[in-house]
Amino acid sequence: MQITLKIFRYDPEKDKKPHFDRYKVEADPHDRVLDVLEYIKGNNDGTLSFRRSCAHGICGSDAMRINGHNRLACKVLVKDLHSSRIVVEPIMGLPVVKDLIVDMEPFFKHYRSVMPFLVNDEPTPRQERLQSPEARERFDDTTKCILCACCTTSCPSFWGSDEYVGPAAIVAAHRFIFDDRDRAGGERLRILNNQFGVYRCHTIFNCTEACPREIQVTKAIGEVKRAIATGRLD
Amino acid sequence: MNKTHQYDVIVVGGGGAGLMAALYASRTSSTAVLSKLYPTRSHTGTAQGGVGAALGSEEEDHAEWHTFDTVKGSDYLGDQDAIEFMCSEAIQAVYELEHMGLPFSRTAEGKIAQRPFGGHTNNVTGKPVPRACYAADRTGHMILQTLYQQCIKNHVNFYDEYQVIDLIMVNGAAAGVVALELLTGELHTFHAKAVIITTGGHGRIWEITSNAYSFTGDGVAITMRRGIPAEDMEFFQFHPTGIYRLGILITEGVRGEGGVLINDKGERFMEKYAPKVKDRASRDVTSRAMYLEMRDGLGIGGKRYLYLDMRPETVNKYATADGRKRSDGTPYRVTGEELLNKLPDIVDFARTYLGVDPVSQPMPVQPTAHYAMGGIPTNKFGEVVIDEQNTVLPGLYSAGEVACVSVHGANRLGTNSLLDLIVFGKYAGLRAAEFANGAAFQVLPPDATDFGRQQLEDIRNSDGEEKAYTIGNEMKSVMFDHVGVFRTETGMQQALEKVRELKERIKHVRRPDNTKVFNTELLNIWELGNLLELAEVTTVSAIARLESRGAHAREDYPKRDDLEWLKHTLAWTEDGKIRLAYKPVMITKYQPKERVY
Repeated sequence: MQITLKIFRYDPEKDKKPHFDRYKVEADPHDRVLDVLEYIKGNNDGTLSFRRSCAHGICGSDAMRINGHNRLACKVLVKDLHSSRIVVEPIMGLPVVKDLIVDMEPFFKHYRSVMPFLVNDEPTPRQERLQSPEARERFDDTTKCILCACCTTSCPSFWGSDEYVGPAAIVAAHRFIFDDRDRAGGERLRILNNQFGVYRCHTIFNCTEACPREIQVTKAIGEVKRAIATGRLD
Repeated sequence: MNKTHQYDVIVVGGGGAGLMAALYASRTSSTAVLSKLYPTRSHTGTAQGGVGAALGSEEEDHAEWHTFDTVKGSDYLGDQDAIEFMCSEAIQAVYELEHMGLPFSRTAEGKIAQRPFGGHTNNVTGKPVPRACYAADRTGHMILQTLYQQCIKNHVNFYDEYQVIDLIMVNGAAAGVVALELLTGELHTFHAKAVIITTGGHGRIWEITSNAYSFTGDGVAITMRRGIPAEDMEFFQFHPTGIYRLGILITEGVRGEGGVLINDKGERFMEKYAPKVKDRASRDVTSRAMYLEMRDGLGIGGKRYLYLDMRPETVNKYATADGRKRSDGTPYRVTGEELLNKLPDIVDFARTYLGVDPVSQPMPVQPTAHYAMGGIPTNKFGEVVIDEQNTVLPGLYSAGEVACVSVHGANRLGTNSLLDLIVFGKYAGLRAAEFANGAAFQVLPPDATDFGRQQLEDIRNSDGEEKAYTIGNEMKSVMFDHVGVFRTETGMQQALEKVRELKERIKHVRRPDNTKVFNTELLNIWELGNLLELAEVTTVSAIARLESRGAHAREDYPKRDDLEWLKHTLAWTEDGKIRLAYKPVMITKYQPKERVY
């Protein structure tokens, strides 16, 4: 089928402001949007710039705004867009570096701010620490996060203030707060209990809709809010 | 002008091996990780099924059994001292990951859960043993995340999106690297006492592959340009179950949980090829069986794919036929819900890319280029060794897929790649730091960046109209057809001619524009150059080896030949030509035997 891609372009070395370029290409309905971008880069315009690596939704490199929704370009097939016109833009709320590439540093800074690592200074046993399947299940959903930023950059509160820590960082905190092996839950809850923490979340659900890993992001944020309010992790 | 940085230890590559090395090296030395990606984008994250260690959580198991299975799986080409070391270190290494916070799936008693994988057996009964320690079907993702988290906790220095293009050598020792900062297009010099290369594999040589775009063999290409040999490059693993046409991996864990391969007649054909373990035979055996079925016209609808069937009714039917039991002695039975919980990502891939719900429909699969057994030669401490006598090159280390210890020999067992990178990543880090602490910085030559800079300049000044996209596709197609699962002299010669033609044509590639910021076109052409060099080395090494062993299956030499070929290949690039030499395999306890499953 023939499709038209309208792609956001910005070259900081040449352009004063961004513009859109249009490309008409032949595509198979089963092609990933990433395949089409690679085709255009290889055949029409080598300067088109975007990040990509694993090409099957695990590495989290190619988050983009595709027809108005945050998606991984490698996880959307042309046929799933139900349209022969595809608009591709960078994710919003992070500075554009070039074309579809944004500056990820503010995103990772928020991630690092919530202590995204297990804290437990008790002596380790010779073998594994035991953990029941139920305790493991408690935080299973938030271990799936691939840090692609689809959630954070779909959040109107983050667009409003980039000081908001954002859904992805709260998901990272949730993963440790509800892990019964961890001992720094209280500290993380304190970090998130401020004006740029969880209360910036107004349960708009954009993050949940955007997550390519189908993490129940808004639910996780709600659980963190409840833990702050009640001081309990149940 | 370029910027110069100084660290005791530089780690090139931010995947599992690199992060493990960085964690250990940074305990005693100033350490920085350079990665062309954000570390969490690394290919380690796509590993699914598990990491091998004889914990015995579910059933009796021993490191000695793991060792023997790995030796046998390697078709006796693995170095047995290194394999024994890896398999005995495995248990502590996995517990250590758990202590770092890795969220392993758990048994009812709260221990680390384990599942069976191809080639891993109870050495007494010969039956499959659950040895793969897993976190659902995203074990690699959890290893990568956990190690990255620990690096943040321990304040490891990161240079993200820096493409290393050259290794600096002074007086026959490693002295640093040259890297291009993607954001600015500037070259940086990283002056170091020790360099650890952990850049991953090169599966992008082949048309159908499970490998990331970034798997372009940079580490091996860079070191070969500096006169370091590549070992056993003819051995590249084709994983049996890639998604038809896309090559995306469907974990062997599916067969571990009871899934079976089915041909056009609805037969479970692996019974013919591996009567004892059937669908849980090792990967080279299974991929070859699939090719033979398809050659006999038994692909689905006569096409180039077969079905991987994990529907509960199929799993239960064959589990009954096999008399498979759970560890508590009850008959093995699964429900759709259970499979969904254990293999959520597989279900998601099948739905997204195939439009198939694997709990109610079988998945179309074909063998996919997956893993480099060969690479930069090292010993079991991650030290790079550069000749037939295993002479150590001072200050240079390597671990993970880019390295060849060799623990995988001619064929890697599933779950041993994640194990390889945690064990040898750790030891490479420890050894590099130890070396750095006893060494002084060498004086860098004034022209340290010239060799790397020139490679990029040559691309920028190219004068032709050749498309890199087309050159890449021609390489992938000829390599998949002729240097794939089955090989012949004629086919491989054809591939070699083609690859050499492409190496000429890339010199006349259409020049990329001259921007500096994220000039990904320039980088992709440089990466394609690496792939072409490795394709040539692979093919030359493969043509020379006149036998079939593990993943190197020759129709014109169908038997393994231990008299002539129980040895490792070493390949050097010298004046544009490839020179081959051989070194012996380290055999300790296990004399080569015929390999049947």
